[in-house]
Amino acid sequence: MSEEMMEITEELTIPQLFLHQCKRYGSGKVAMREKEFGIWIPHTWQDYLDNVKYLCLGMVSLGLKKGDKVAMIGDNRPEGVWAEMAAMCAGAIPVWLFQDCMMEEVKYIIDHSDSRFFVGETQEEVDKALAIMPDCPKLQYVIWDDPKGMRRYHQEFLVSIKKVQELGKELEKKEPDLFENLIKDGHGGDVCLLFYTSGTTALPKGALLTHWNMLSMGRSLMSVDPCYDADDFVSYLPFAWIGEQMMSISCGLQIGYTLNFPEEPETAQHNIREIGPHVMFAAPRLYEGLTRQVQVKYLDSTWIKRKAYELATKIGYYVAELQFDKKPIAWHWKALKYFAHVIMQKKLKDHLGMSRLRHCYTGGAAMGPDHFRFFHALGVNLKQIYGQTEIAGISVVHRDGDIKFDTVGTPLPETEVKIREDGEIISKSPSVFIGYYKNEEATEKTLKDGWLFSGDTGFIDEDGHLVVFDRSKDVMVLNDDRPFAPQYLESRLKFSPYVQDAWVIGDKLPYVTAVMCIDYSVVGKWADENKINYTSYPELSQNKKVYDLIQKQIEQANKDLPEPARIRKFVNLFKAFDADDDELTRTSKLRRGFMGERYKNIVEFLYKDEDKVHLDMTITYEDGRTQRIKTDLLIQKIEEGE
Amino acid sequence: MVQGGELKEGDTILKIEDIDMYFGKVAALAGVSLEVKKGEIHSIIGPNGAGKTVMMNCINGLYRPQKGNIYFKGENINHLSPHKRAELGIGRTFQKLELYGGMTVLDNIRMGSHIHLKSGILSGSMYVGKTKNEEIKEREFIEEEIIDLLEIESIRDHVAHMLPYGLQKRVELGRALALRPELILLDEPMAGLNLEEVEDMARFILDINEEERWRTTCVLVEHDMGVVMDISHNVLVLNFGNVIADGAPEEVGKKPEVVKAYLGEEDLYITRR
Repeated sequence: MSEEMMEITEELTIPQLFLHQCKRYGSGKVAMREKEFGIWIPHTWQDYLDNVKYLCLGMVSLGLKKGDKVAMIGDNRPEGVWAEMAAMCAGAIPVWLFQDCMMEEVKYIIDHSDSRFFVGETQEEVDKALAIMPDCPKLQYVIWDDPKGMRRYHQEFLVSIKKVQELGKELEKKEPDLFENLIKDGHGGDVCLLFYTSGTTALPKGALLTHWNMLSMGRSLMSVDPCYDADDFVSYLPFAWIGEQMMSISCGLQIGYTLNFPEEPETAQHNIREIGPHVMFAAPRLYEGLTRQVQVKYLDSTWIKRKAYELATKIGYYVAELQFDKKPIAWHWKALKYFAHVIMQKKLKDHLGMSRLRHCYTGGAAMGPDHFRFFHALGVNLKQIYGQTEIAGISVVHRDGDIKFDTVGTPLPETEVKIREDGEIISKSPSVFIGYYKNEEATEKTLKDGWLFSGDTGFIDEDGHLVVFDRSKDVMVLNDDRPFAPQYLESRLKFSPYVQDAWVIGDKLPYVTAVMCIDYSVVGKWADENKINYTSYPELSQNKKVYDLIQKQIEQANKDLPEPARIRKFVNLFKAFDADDDELTRTSKLRRGFMGERYKNIVEFLYKDEDKVHLDMTITYEDGRTQRIKTDLLIQKIEEGE
Repeated sequence: MVQGGELKEGDTILKIEDIDMYFGKVAALAGVSLEVKKGEIHSIIGPNGAGKTVMMNCINGLYRPQKGNIYFKGENINHLSPHKRAELGIGRTFQKLELYGGMTVLDNIRMGSHIHLKSGILSGSMYVGKTKNEEIKEREFIEEEIIDLLEIESIRDHVAHMLPYGLQKRVELGRALALRPELILLDEPMAGLNLEEVEDMARFILDINEEERWRTTCVLVEHDMGVVMDISHNVLVLNFGNVIADGAPEEVGKKPEVVKAYLGEEDLYITRR
């Protein structure tokens, strides 16, 4: 086998690349690690190959054919990647579902995608599959991998991964060349993934991506920010998110870096610290969480530590500002920056698992400039990514040394980005998808002459950077007819550690208002320190003192904003926004249209001369149970000149 | 009755014969008998003050009944102290948590399995040979069989008292399991838990009872009637220290005296479903 890296061509498929890499690295290199039973368990490329091979042949002997869909659900773990790769090797098309999907969504996606196989992790996923089976007649086999709780399940269509692999071994004895022939059979233009986008408006749509789409995207990204096969990457965001596929499959396979899987989703932060990844990609929510965590820990620490933090942060911000402006950094500032690194940043980065980080990306939604500055001041090379599932994840990215926190950077090689007259961003590249599954109408709307119509508005600035304004339909018109992006204000609000989420309202209305969700743990702690009694989130959120606290945060965010864009009234919601209530998409974007409908009452009262709004509504728990809530919410006015 | 040796499924593992337990002149238990078969979940229910926890304390050796006999695997254990009973394979959890608050979750669980460590003070002080092997094997057991089962990976290094109540209850179950008990006494494992935690706990109890690896016999004291009726093989009903019923849950639930004494009080002990 050749020692070199394989060239990415239009003919190449992901399984062909996979086979090549497995043979190249063999049992001499670790392909993935998983923390289990408290220790990191490595799997070499040879293990990876064997597991995928037998799983693939096993599914083939159960009747999997080229073009079949295989639905998958579960936490990030080696078995998940094996199953995905195995399906691809057989020429089938994996369909990932978010692990916290409600039953209705699971049913819709399985049925719409015509899945014949379902690969779940534990009893929980198997239960989901069993519940939808009567409504999804095309589903034939349910494969599971964790035996816990499965002792009473004896249905014939339930098969364990181990059992499937045994079937695979038997088939290999009969047809030793079958696996490699299956792989040879593929073509780069074949569909390799069916991706259901978490629509902010309607039912999810299934985007069809080819091998060439995925691999060309990975190649372009790697040409901007090279990675190396000695790198580590921690895979802990849902596989059903294109960003994770992009890093774990397209880039990971091309470069051959090690994928690391945390023990449990709850231990991810701790496990990231243990690994110290070289590259990271996450949605803004994660970085917002980290910022909040740092701010809270800062408030908690001793005097001397707080002073060290303040000093180092001041230096950090100053130097970061120089870098943003592309101004030279004088030697004494370099020395001070090193000092800041030694006294604080080094330690803090270690705690955040960022000590070895070469570059990290944020994408999927807008991130506020405050958060961006915060990470750069810490010396973390955080970059914005712009793209969508339909273009295999990414089309525009910041380049090293050319970072502007209000832009998303410049297009990747081989990618063209244009702005139409109405401001819509359109792009063209080898990674543009081939259409939506069973949805001609949507495909025609999105895909015209090879150009992908994003539905986002924006412009290209004087340096050639793309500025994404917002989803076209989300852009607000203020009372002085100026356009305004609510996301901008929301991300400013979220820079406060006390604010978990915010929803800014004010399109074509006399003034701007906001619905706020407090951060339960941070505000709860603040309440403890201020001797405020409370029993639950709803009670804490309605406390007058908490209202005053939140008002201060809003006033902070209101500063330097033009008069009409300032928030005039707000209400603290009795719960945090949740994807289970359809308020957020599975990738944590606000579904504004839906929210406007759901909280019509609140919006109405925010524009009346009232100080209270009565609410009577139903909320949904993760397991689908619902509860009716009746409550009064206070409305607080923010006076001028305060 | 089988004397010693390995018991089969369905053999009597615990037998209580006509015990009396008085505190001054108050009869907490009056002539109570109970037979627990190996492999079953045997619940004890009754209104507050019925003597349920007293019964647990008698089995576990914290209390010595004034009259009657208690046999564990055919052996009379009347005279044995609690730690001797633990050595025989009787583990328990407490209604009010009895964790070592200042220690980590892992150390708490390790404490439960301490009884199985055999190496001496010399090799222990140097952590060589036998001690090291033993410690590693023990840790493997705890990680693979207990922490994984109870899904407490994310808190293994947390200090016990800093945890929410529901998790502390789980840790306590973990510590009892580390003893590898043949019989586990669970004193109100669901009390004070929210609905989700109750469901988790019920699943864990079923797991330790049914999973090939464990097959642990459970004596369960519980107020949540939904759980008791769902997961028990047999139910014993106590009222003011007297047994008023003993049998399969569906039969017991129908008895008028049980309904009157306990199940009738819907407002007090309403099931959470």
